[in-house]
Amino acid sequence: MCRLFAVTSDEPFSPMVALRAIDVMKEGHDGSGVGLYLTDLGSDFEQFKGEPILSGIFSNEGLKALDRYMMDLDFMVKYKLSIRPAKNPPPGTPRRDNYVIRVYEYPPDWESLTTEEIQHRLLLCRLQLRKMGEADESMMVFSFWPDAIMIKEVGDPMAVAEYLGLNRKELQARTMLAQGRQNTNYAINIYACHPFFIQGFATMTNGENTAFVPIREFLMSRNYPGYTGYQSDSEVFTHILHYTRKNLGLGLDMYKHIITPLKDEELVRHPDGQRLRLWKQSCRPLIIDGPNCVIGCLPDKTLFMVQDSKKLRPGIVGGHPGMFAFSSEMCGLDAAIPARDKSRDFQPMKYDTVAVGPDRKEVKRWSQWEGSIPLN
Amino acid sequence: MEPMGRLDPSELSVKDLPWQILWDKEKCSLCGRCTAACPVRAIELGVHRKRILQIPVGLQEHPSNLFSLYHGIRQRTDPAHACTGCALCSLVCPNGAIVPIRSAETDKLRFHVNAGGTPRRRGGRRNDPRSLLDEIKFIRISMLTDPALDAGRHEFELRTLLGRVLPPEQIPTVIAQDGWAPPVREIYPLIIGSMSFGALSPNMWEGIQLGVAYLNEEMGMPVRVCTGEGGCPPRLLRSRFLKYVILQIASGYFGWDEIIHALPDMKEDPCAVEIKYGQGAKPGDGGLLMWYKVNRLIAAIRGVPPGISLPSPPTHQTKYSIEEAVAKMIQSMSMAWGFRVPVFPKISATSTTLAVLNNLTRNPYAGGLALDGEDGGTGAAYNVSMDHMGHPIASNVRDAYLNLVRLGKQNELPLLAAGGIGKNGNLAANAAALIMLGASGVQIGKYLMQAAAGCLGSEADRCNICNIGLCPKGITSQDPRLDRRLDPEKVAERLVDVYLSFDTELKKIVAPLGRSTSLPIGMSDALGIADHPAAERLGIRYVI
Repeated sequence: MCRLFAVTSDEPFSPMVALRAIDVMKEGHDGSGVGLYLTDLGSDFEQFKGEPILSGIFSNEGLKALDRYMMDLDFMVKYKLSIRPAKNPPPGTPRRDNYVIRVYEYPPDWESLTTEEIQHRLLLCRLQLRKMGEADESMMVFSFWPDAIMIKEVGDPMAVAEYLGLNRKELQARTMLAQGRQNTNYAINIYACHPFFIQGFATMTNGENTAFVPIREFLMSRNYPGYTGYQSDSEVFTHILHYTRKNLGLGLDMYKHIITPLKDEELVRHPDGQRLRLWKQSCRPLIIDGPNCVIGCLPDKTLFMVQDSKKLRPGIVGGHPGMFAFSSEMCGLDAAIPARDKSRDFQPMKYDTVAVGPDRKEVKRWSQWEGSIPLN
Repeated sequence: MEPMGRLDPSELSVKDLPWQILWDKEKCSLCGRCTAACPVRAIELGVHRKRILQIPVGLQEHPSNLFSLYHGIRQRTDPAHACTGCALCSLVCPNGAIVPIRSAETDKLRFHVNAGGTPRRRGGRRNDPRSLLDEIKFIRISMLTDPALDAGRHEFELRTLLGRVLPPEQIPTVIAQDGWAPPVREIYPLIIGSMSFGALSPNMWEGIQLGVAYLNEEMGMPVRVCTGEGGCPPRLLRSRFLKYVILQIASGYFGWDEIIHALPDMKEDPCAVEIKYGQGAKPGDGGLLMWYKVNRLIAAIRGVPPGISLPSPPTHQTKYSIEEAVAKMIQSMSMAWGFRVPVFPKISATSTTLAVLNNLTRNPYAGGLALDGEDGGTGAAYNVSMDHMGHPIASNVRDAYLNLVRLGKQNELPLLAAGGIGKNGNLAANAAALIMLGASGVQIGKYLMQAAAGCLGSEADRCNICNIGLCPKGITSQDPRLDRRLDPEKVAERLVDVYLSFDTELKKIVAPLGRSTSLPIGMSDALGIADHPAAERLGIRYVI
């Protein structure tokens, strides 16, 4: 079972904080992958809040192709953090040429575009680059979005962090997601590594998604270009989140209602049962059949955690105003925020959604039995 | 028989028949029950003359004959009285002295059952015991990385939807405007398919309705039953139990006068309306109720004179195109109940299914599509239709589902699958396989007749005389002397048994797959088959 750790803090910090927490939970991951999502960036990236950042792994040829493609689109590199790793990678980690984190300046002719259109084009750019590099694995692109960095690699998280020098001072963020992967039923593939990202939404999951195939079919049949990939059965959680919010305009409360709707007889007793029943019927193919614990981050930097309705996967949230963490294991939380009031730790159950907003003041709890009070 | 020169072409011996009666003189007590019970009078009292040759020792006396008589049964050999293998004789024999045995070789009777130029007609099912559904295995077992669920202790949501489901994109508008949403029923995915009042005996019908009411009201299982095309008894139409009933309208429109007149008195809406355009057992052919079964009761409910055969036309005669047939009928039926009742067509599974399906996807009132495969049963049809016409259900459902996936409407238009589900007794496994291939639910008929009423029919052409009203169990007979053999309450009990055991078996299938929160519709990754072409055709895994 994968190990998950998400943390949000008023002050920027190094991703090593999250990776150390993952390391504490070591018995739960097997070095088949580590993934990091950093947002609300600090340090050198603080000044480029609105500019899109490309994250990925490129061969030398791939890097040239990237440059050509981006220049053709009239993107200009504003800042880059290139990681050229040491000669000998840790056991299990493939040798790569370049780990790329680049901030771009938008093409001048994008200035007149709406935010919606810009976001759509950024998505298409990422997908196009991914497609271009898919056959020869010369390009692996994880995100292309403002204020978002993603790093993924196969190997033990701490060894990979040391190898890539992730403790460098330029790499700091206030909100981050980290996953130590336990490869299960699919081949080791870097695109299968959590967290997954689409247009500012990122999620990671532990457990297997047994309803994967019908959910994937439903998402792909929406004919939205971003709903693709699916090297991991968990990628659908990110896309459902995106679909419910961007396409259907629903809040985080409805994300929970859609992936784990109340039972038919429960809906009879729910004050808003009639409306929820419509959504349940209509989104029936999106019902997850865990066990899964989903931890995610919204575009406004709200962190959240939801459980599937069987509640067979652990998940805990705790912290203090200014810093909160979501962890799949209590020991991970203890390692990251030892000085907290543990009596206020909360383990969400099958009806719960918990969230920490961008103000980082409190853990908001919401149950499906409550009315539709948006969490963010 | 004349000694020389004259043998009728259709003169058959017992050996030429599909079933031979094995009778044991030593055990027989000559009680006569077998001959009385035989539905086709295949056996009759036989008075047999026997000669014993007496050859005394020595030369004094000449050898002589001793003639004696013994009584027993004689098997008739004319096609009209050929044994059907129902074995009711065995059932009633107190001494176990009689049993029909299936001939080891292909019978000769089949070449002679068209006397007068009328081909064989019969009831029952396709005479082919093979089942692709039986070969499908459930291979994605949750192990360690995702522990299997406990079928006995976990909660399972196994209901399905019947009716047009709105796409998510339309829900905000409907909610904001407090607008109309198509009616959707949350029902149990094992639906009792259309078997008409007329095809079934009154006691069988009553037993089914009793069982369905019990399942709904005592067991909390929303089981639904379809009427078939023979209308619906007036009391049921005016009762609260109508909500468990799917009314069928077919090309003969039998019983719809009564239904329409009952509309103002209905306390409940029916569950749904099924428009029958085709049937798996006899694709492209209309319903058939032969004159034997049209007694006064049936005639009254159907609005026809008694004692005449009722062949429904193959198509709805007033409709000349799919646009008319589907769009107008769905509209009219929806309108009759104020757009509160889902309306869906049922067709024979066919290579042209997708054309119908695509038409329905563009009709916002179509509440689903029922596909009836070649293994569907019937009360009466031509043998050639039953044995040779039609499309297997598995690939038809799969094609239809994947077509809906391509259109993004796999949740909007539920598919119901029928035809041969549980034909070899594997009801839950067959149903689950079809659901994972893409069906939202399945319809059954023959399985219930066998399990809940003791139907003797089989794919080896046993019995299968539902068409002439001589059902030895009283299931498909309108003759009160036969009908009364069936106790409706016992049928209801067995029906409940069937559903409860099915429910447990379905959980025993979905729990190891890790599924409990929704019916695993389209979960094709769980399926495997040791048949490479079939695996490729169905888009499931090939396993050996």
